[in-house]
Amino acid sequence: MPLEPFSKLTSRTLVLAQENIDTDQIIPARFLTTTSREGLGKAAFYDWRYDENGRPKNSSLFNGVDPATHQILVGGPNFGCGSSREHAPWALLDFGFRVVISSDIADIFKSNSLKNGLLPVSVDEQTHRQLLAAPGALVTVDLEAERVSIDGAGETAFRIEPFARRCLLDGVDPLGRLLSQMPAIEEYEARHG
Amino acid sequence: MKPQSLFDKLWSRHIVAYETDEAPAVIYIDLHLIHEVTSPQAFAVLEERELKVRRPDRTFATLDHSTPTLPAASDGRRPFTTKEAEEQVAALIRNCDRHGVDLLRLGDPRRGIVHVIGPELGLTQPGKTIVCGDSHTSTHGAFGALAFGIGTTEVGHVLATQSLLQRKPKSMRVNFSGAVPRGVGAKDMALAFIAEIGADGGQGYAIEFAGEAIEALSIEGRMTLCNMSIEAGARVGIVAPDEKTFAWLEGRDFSPKGADWDRAVADWKGLATDEGAQFDRDLNIDVSNLKPMITFGVSPDAAAPVDGVAPDARTEIERLAAEYMRFTAGERFADASVDRVFIGSCTNSRLEDLRAAAEVMRGRKVKRGVVTLVVPGSEAVKRAAEAEGLDRIFIEAGAQWREPGCSMCIAMNGDKGTPGDLVVSTSNRNFVGRQGKDVRTVLASPATAAASAIEGKIADPRPYLQETDDAA
Repeated sequence: MPLEPFSKLTSRTLVLAQENIDTDQIIPARFLTTTSREGLGKAAFYDWRYDENGRPKNSSLFNGVDPATHQILVGGPNFGCGSSREHAPWALLDFGFRVVISSDIADIFKSNSLKNGLLPVSVDEQTHRQLLAAPGALVTVDLEAERVSIDGAGETAFRIEPFARRCLLDGVDPLGRLLSQMPAIEEYEARHG
Repeated sequence: MKPQSLFDKLWSRHIVAYETDEAPAVIYIDLHLIHEVTSPQAFAVLEERELKVRRPDRTFATLDHSTPTLPAASDGRRPFTTKEAEEQVAALIRNCDRHGVDLLRLGDPRRGIVHVIGPELGLTQPGKTIVCGDSHTSTHGAFGALAFGIGTTEVGHVLATQSLLQRKPKSMRVNFSGAVPRGVGAKDMALAFIAEIGADGGQGYAIEFAGEAIEALSIEGRMTLCNMSIEAGARVGIVAPDEKTFAWLEGRDFSPKGADWDRAVADWKGLATDEGAQFDRDLNIDVSNLKPMITFGVSPDAAAPVDGVAPDARTEIERLAAEYMRFTAGERFADASVDRVFIGSCTNSRLEDLRAAAEVMRGRKVKRGVVTLVVPGSEAVKRAAEAEGLDRIFIEAGAQWREPGCSMCIAMNGDKGTPGDLVVSTSNRNFVGRQGKDVRTVLASPATAAASAIEGKIADPRPYLQETDDAA
């Protein structure tokens, strides 16, 4: 599947400051019986957004957040820890997010996000604190330059694994790279049986 | 030659194409394990692109996550929690049939939790690369295999090419020194380790567990410890294979036989970390005075000795966690009432785990009102436990003896707590809502979970084991 290309985005942030936001919070396991990757946005952070009767919670940080204008999710440290479910980035993307920013993003979640066009940006702790303290800030994430700026002020560098970055900028499915390696894979199999 | 670690050796043996600045390495995958939850979308991509499963002979599937643990009705129908769960299982059956992949169906005497059946069948072997769309794939590292969890896109990559694009992670060696006291085991070591380095302390690392306490651990115990690596953020947790490993694997269905076995063992003996190998981080944990451990928060690193008290919340997040768990600072864990107990999951559902729980429950009764589920990890574990009469001990104590599956660990098959319940669980995650909405999870060893079922409070298992010793 071709990736939706990502180069630069300016949008407002939704801040979920809690540390260790695990993928069970991002999408509870009861929504994982699906065989599709579509339409999971309604399940994103479901138990944070809705009460036991399915009514929106008054206390939800998602209230009043327009997914069209708040495409950047800022999370506390160790965002996306826990289960390897790719349903987590699928749900966040379907909800409307294109970028997740934290000081510290869990490995499997990061890998899954990159493969789906959700940009996982790890920033230094000072920038992270600044973002956590300013919910709704207008943030620009530039993947080409690998820089993030807040409310037009200051610029901080971030780094995305170069191959994943190239795939995102060009909208290229990384499976193509593996398929192009087929002669080497066959040769490996011939050597190792 | 430069001394190499176990991880270095596993990694370099599987390089198809070397890592460069521009691109990750291409790593060959020897064994791909599959289950119903994280595979359907990967098979769908394969079909969209008109690709085949490249190596069905290196792919092996089981049913565990959405699978009921209550027996089939008299008409053979299984009590699936929803139509969708049943359809998900049907989808895996269809996909495996279409692509010629071996699948352990409901009713297969070899079926079980993916991380229990891999080792049990001898599919898991030292020196192999093993992946699965499941974060607890690190379990197989207990055999000296390079095993890690992947997402569904990567499941598709492995189905199509038997390979993955990967950057080599950093390395960490965690040395466990000393000998654990009686009543303390691998789960307690895992929780102590996670509390020590934090839920993100292992991020970006492949961890090797080493030292005298690891050598002393059984293979089941090593699996429990490696299983929990991901709860410290590390995708990989490995232990060097030794004589225990070889003895455990010999004669299993897929283990090499005859001269192939001898050759394999000779090869596996060379996998251990060389003297002088360098690690990016070295850590020592002395287990001589380790106590049975439990968790009191909503992240696995919030762990403390079972005979202790709830700590003060140092941050707003810890205050919220304490509020959710309903622990007040200074409150003895032993005073917390327990509503449910779950003994099972890929962390603690093997025969040794069930024996440890049965040792505590033998001749005793579960406290009235405490719903206690004992869920064996596989059909083979179930048969072995029943052959020893463990099922009778659990049933006579008042616990439920279930069919194999993931059950209350992920709580997506209908097995879950009711809002507000405090569950003492031998699983791996105490996240908010993991075992049901507003359910409070306390992670513990099988012995601690069993003692808690008996007392109806969070309980230290050591007095029970002491009594057994005195009686003997």
